[in-house]
Amino acid sequence: MHRTKVRIVEDALDANNTIASANRADFDRAGVKVVNFMSAPGAGKTSLLERVVTDLPGVRVGVLEGDVEGSMDADRLAHLHVPVTQLNTGAGFGGECHLDANMVRSAIPALPLDEIDLLLVENVGNLVCPAEFRIGEDARVMISAVTEGEDKPLKYPLMFRACELVIVNKIDLLPHLDFDLAKLLYNIDVVHPDVERIVLSARTGEGVDAWRDWLLRIAARAPEEAVA
Amino acid sequence: MHELSLSSAIVNTVVKHARGRRVTAVELRVGKLRQVVPDTLEFYFEFVARDTVCEGARLVQQVIDARLACRDCGHEWEIEIPAFRCPACSGSDVEIAGGNEFEVEAIEVEEAECIAPK
Repeated sequence: MHRTKVRIVEDALDANNTIASANRADFDRAGVKVVNFMSAPGAGKTSLLERVVTDLPGVRVGVLEGDVEGSMDADRLAHLHVPVTQLNTGAGFGGECHLDANMVRSAIPALPLDEIDLLLVENVGNLVCPAEFRIGEDARVMISAVTEGEDKPLKYPLMFRACELVIVNKIDLLPHLDFDLAKLLYNIDVVHPDVERIVLSARTGEGVDAWRDWLLRIAARAPEEAVA
Repeated sequence: MHELSLSSAIVNTVVKHARGRRVTAVELRVGKLRQVVPDTLEFYFEFVARDTVCEGARLVQQVIDARLACRDCGHEWEIEIPAFRCPACSGSDVEIAGGNEFEVEAIEVEEAECIAPK
């Protein structure tokens, strides 16, 4: 028995990225645009989906709900009569804290791709791991609620850099908080200069028009315009 | 906390290349921008490697500094905090020249002695 060194030089996330590309090819073939929705738990992902899924003229929306356990979010969306598919990551020890390309691949047969134009994927609430794993999406959005503090971009730069849109949610609470919105926007710019930002309240609807317009723009995007 | 997910990704990559041989060491290049805590990665790697060909393998981590390059003015610099605007011209068209790596660079495997007939 002897020891040999084998040179590999391979990104450890290549396997995930390969499956993500296969997912993307399936979505492209079906003419479906996919948006990956990421945030900390409780930042308002489901509320922001509720606000817009039935209000995108000419765009048929489907939702893929990623959760460690349960179908509370899918149940919340049921009354909106758009196709919602639940994906639980609970297998494994304690459940995965993020969606990866393989999990989404396993959900594709359950998705009504022929009946939708835009698939909104609600990732597991987590500011770290979802940033590492592409799922075959056209665009990634992250939501930061003003209840989370101005310093979050500096603490979670991977997440704030992994997205092409940052939504700042819950601005209706600003009068009740010691929160400096300008400081948050400055910190976002430090970590991800020139990233698109929308400041809104899912509760009051303030700013939601911009969010709706952004989704309509993604739905209208040609496949080659997508960010690799 | 993402070190657990990343450890699984390392083990999967190594198992694929090991082709059944026992792995005694894994050399990894980790960029600072990946926000990986080396001790935590080592802890989870040992755990995830159990019952695979990587069980007991040493994890050797080479940390790569984060270097940025401005496409507007050509300035190059190293960062210790996640600030991505060019300090020379305030431009935002900044390229990551180093620090984004998360690569398995090499593995050390045990090979049976060659017993092919001469």
